[in-house]
Amino acid sequence: MVSPAVLLLGTFLAVPVVMALSVSFSDWRGVGSPFGSDVGFVGLENYRSILTGGTLAQRDFGTALRNNAYYVLLVVPLQTALALALAVLVHTRWLRGRGFFRTAFYFPSVTSSVAITVLWLFLFSSSGAVNEILGWVGINGPAWFNDPRGLLHLALGGVGVDQPPAALSENTALGISWWEWLAGPSVAMFALVLMAVFTTSGTFMLLFIAALNNIGEEIDEAGQMDGASSWQRFRHLTLPMLRPTLFTVLTLGLIGTWQVFDQIYTGTQGTPAKTTLTPAYLSFESAFNDQRWGQGAAIAFILFAIIVSLTLVQRWLLRSRT
Amino acid sequence: MRGVGRRRVVLLYGLLVLMAAIYILPFLIDVATSFKTEEEAAADPVSLLPGTFTTAAYERLFLRSDFPTWFANSVVVTLLVTAGRVLFDSLAGYALARIPFRGRTALFALLVAVMAVPNVVLLIPKFLVINQLSIYDSYPGLVVPLLADAAGIFIMKNFFESIPVSVEEQARIDGAGTLRIFWSVVLPMARPAVVTIVILSFQGSWNELSHFIVASQDPALFTLTKGVAQLASGALSQGSQYPLKLAAAAVMTIPVAVVFFVFQKRIMNASTGAVKE
Repeated sequence: MVSPAVLLLGTFLAVPVVMALSVSFSDWRGVGSPFGSDVGFVGLENYRSILTGGTLAQRDFGTALRNNAYYVLLVVPLQTALALALAVLVHTRWLRGRGFFRTAFYFPSVTSSVAITVLWLFLFSSSGAVNEILGWVGINGPAWFNDPRGLLHLALGGVGVDQPPAALSENTALGISWWEWLAGPSVAMFALVLMAVFTTSGTFMLLFIAALNNIGEEIDEAGQMDGASSWQRFRHLTLPMLRPTLFTVLTLGLIGTWQVFDQIYTGTQGTPAKTTLTPAYLSFESAFNDQRWGQGAAIAFILFAIIVSLTLVQRWLLRSRT
Repeated sequence: MRGVGRRRVVLLYGLLVLMAAIYILPFLIDVATSFKTEEEAAADPVSLLPGTFTTAAYERLFLRSDFPTWFANSVVVTLLVTAGRVLFDSLAGYALARIPFRGRTALFALLVAVMAVPNVVLLIPKFLVINQLSIYDSYPGLVVPLLADAAGIFIMKNFFESIPVSVEEQARIDGAGTLRIFWSVVLPMARPAVVTIVILSFQGSWNELSHFIVASQDPALFTLTKGVAQLASGALSQGSQYPLKLAAAAVMTIPVAVVFFVFQKRIMNASTGAVKE
């Protein structure tokens, strides 16, 4: 009875992973069978060309890693904080229209990432709705998806630092200079950050609401009796009890944000100036567009390793503090 | 609202209404713009009432583009995948919950491991298998790999474990076989879980993109997600074509929106598995 599902999952999940692992050690170019006799075993060559040597492949991977790291650093805290805030607000005991607010906040989560990306490209176009609204309050909005400037570079430029110190421009890591590592997310990437927060905060809000419902009101009422303010009650009573949910939300957020693909494929294809390139999209592009399958597979496995190790680190951090 | 300060009430409602407006407004702008002319969409991107109301974008979409093909493909794939997941997930979930067989624990561990593998790691692997099985660029290639999902099996297994065994034992005493018990006794009792699987599968496969990208390239096999993604990057267009693109985005949202509003309560309570990436 279990066998059809096992057969399906095994054929399309377990076996493929092993096959891809072997491709990542080969020089297969997409012609013929990847396991044919004309495909050479190249050992760790694909991994080496991504991680060392200063080649274009390495620079692209470094850039993608940097872009995605900033994306994660912004999206995960923002969506978690927003989801928690929305949950606490909606959970207020005497609130009416609770269902309406929950629905409004959750709806973006059920729509397809393709539809939302199309919408976002319009809202954040240079003459789009967002810039129009910014114009009402006298702000001249940027060209969003066409603007490759890094936010940290812009901030540094604002305090007069336009040229990198030699130490930053001369030293490189993964093929790109330290100065480039410190660029921050580009304006274009920031628009994608806002999109991610918009679409996922509702999902995580529901997880927090479920947890708040489980806590019940007695504890809060007891805190009220003791004269604690609502912020004190939240900070010292509610928040500690939300810890397991917080862990779930942070983990799911971390896993999800390291996999940005749909939005890049639909919206930017890595442009402008490769500042929205992500490892997931780079892996796809290397394999399917450039026919460098070994490299694409290698990128995917490095990404896998990153996700697994960050999840473990996060678990360890959150556990050791209790 | 005794005991709650008036200022606090105003503040909370004000904040929530503002947030709700930010969440809803983009969708209203989407629908409004899809009925505008291209010039107006560029000149006035915010207004919610088109100056000149036109259905040109929809006519173009439905009469002079491949959109109907994409829509039909999405419907076919979604229906098949949803039916398949209900069947295979519940069969597997039942077996894992009830039938003692060798390697059951190991199999369950494998299932959990599969759930942990990120989707993007599987793009190339999936293509390799689909290619190896010669189902690239075919409907089976679009559908079969999605027919069972680990998360769904997990949900069904948990549900079956919560049903008392006594009911099945009674049926067994009456002489029913395992498959018969499953089909006419257990499955009907599992209705809430089955509905959850239906909702999750429907949304999941309707919104799926990456699998369709790696499983096909033939334009006749495009689903909505893949077709509209091509449209977004400029396949059909000269100029920005925003009304057309936004009309496409609006239409592809309707089915999931309908399912969402029909099953709202249940989705809100069981959405743990529906986390979007």
